[in-house]
Amino acid sequence: MTLVGTGLALHTGQAKALPPEVIRPPGARAEPEFLGACLRCGMCVRDCPYHILDLAKLGQNTAVGTPYFVARGGPCEMCVDIPCVKACPSGALDPTLTDINRARMGLAVLADHETCLNFLGLRCEVCYRACPLRDKAITLEQQQNPRSSLHAMFIPTVHSDQCTGCGKCEHACVLETTAIRVLPRRLAKGELGGHYRLGWEEQKKAGKPLIEGVMDLPDRMPETTK
Amino acid sequence: MKQGIGSEAIRVKGWFAAHQWLLARRATQFAVLALFLAGPWLGYWIVKGNLNYSLTLGVLPLADPYVLAQSLVAGHTPERNALVGAAVILIAYFLVGGRTYCAWVCPVNVVTDAAHWLRARLGVPGSARISRSTRYWILAMTLALALITGSISWELVNPVSMLHRGIIFGIGAGWIIIVAVFLLDLFVAGRAWCGRLCPVGAFYSAVGRFSPLRIVAVRREQCNDCADCYAVCPEPLVVKPALKGAADGIGPVILSPHCTNCGRCIDVCSRDVFAFGARFSNRGNPLAGAAEQAAAVNVS
Repeated sequence: MTLVGTGLALHTGQAKALPPEVIRPPGARAEPEFLGACLRCGMCVRDCPYHILDLAKLGQNTAVGTPYFVARGGPCEMCVDIPCVKACPSGALDPTLTDINRARMGLAVLADHETCLNFLGLRCEVCYRACPLRDKAITLEQQQNPRSSLHAMFIPTVHSDQCTGCGKCEHACVLETTAIRVLPRRLAKGELGGHYRLGWEEQKKAGKPLIEGVMDLPDRMPETTK
Repeated sequence: MKQGIGSEAIRVKGWFAAHQWLLARRATQFAVLALFLAGPWLGYWIVKGNLNYSLTLGVLPLADPYVLAQSLVAGHTPERNALVGAAVILIAYFLVGGRTYCAWVCPVNVVTDAAHWLRARLGVPGSARISRSTRYWILAMTLALALITGSISWELVNPVSMLHRGIIFGIGAGWIIIVAVFLLDLFVAGRAWCGRLCPVGAFYSAVGRFSPLRIVAVRREQCNDCADCYAVCPEPLVVKPALKGAADGIGPVILSPHCTNCGRCIDVCSRDVFAFGARFSNRGNPLAGAAEQAAAVNVS
């Protein structure tokens, strides 16, 4: 019995690590908590009007019977009435989520700058067009194209305070393998040390330069610019 | 040479009467499944969900109280619908007998009954000794795991929900677990899964500990000791106290919470000894013989 229990406990530990391409429905609680709350009933799957949700099966690397979607297969359509959350009987999908724009299913990351067509100087920006929160969750940031010095590059830029992780950008990416993809926020987001201060903000707060005069620090240019 | 189980009953009562509860049970099992499948297969959404939680006609929530118990132990407080659904199920199975779930609803019952039938047919010899109380240890283990891991661990492997959800939502590699249960019952030990290991059944045993709906050996004085009821019973230990306890002052009601109310003993008895009845049939003292019966079952 102890052996069986230990085995199942280890298996449980493994099941907690969600594969990065697997996205939980809107309002899903953080993964360990979700697995203690989800009843594996599939009510959210049934009430999704776009049929993007499915229940994980044995053999997939996701806890058996729990709901998920894969953005490249079909993204969350961000229904304003959030029927999947309403259908959830257990609260594994948090019922306090009433504004779909506040969903945080993951975070889109423009993972590959080498293949993204906008980074190559084209005006693809399909991800930007597909974004339900265009100009908020994804903006196009203008840069000079260093290859010509004449042209501009419009870099799709995701803003983590707005992105819901719906996956529309990933779904829409025209590449054979997507350059932009929704990742779990824990994988996508960095975190500054608590003691870090942004000089330009501190200066604004103080209303004056924080250091009198000009500090001259040694120049350390990258090898490629020499 | 002794004839097959229930052959005397078939001769006396006719084939149909000697299989009526079995037929009713299979009909119920498949009707429950059909209700769940009418939505995804035909577009008639009478019942949505699966045995873990379902919503009937958009108003009646039903939830598996065992899964919900694990969720609670794991530290999650469920929303209202899940709690109401579990309460409805607890009350319903308290009334009709906890393990009535096992015999009349659970889809794994069909699998293990098939294994048992084939085991008898092939004459598979020997049986590994697995105590009938092992299921309670597994039940305790699953709750302990939920507490330790904060996750409903048992649902990662539970054959009951694996099969039912699998039929409705797609089973993936889950059929391996179902085949494992079948082979276990066929070759390792008779009635191993439902009768010895399954914590879902153990949980429902507890729910039905004091259920009013019982099988009663109403005409036990007519028993001719053919022993067909023992042979057909998935929990043979539950029969004896009620059937043979007259001399010891034990009432005729089968009070063991392990009885699944499957009614096969009624079917195979040519003397109509058994019938569905109430636990209060032990006149005067509704718990007469309960302790003795519990003791008899725990001896296993």
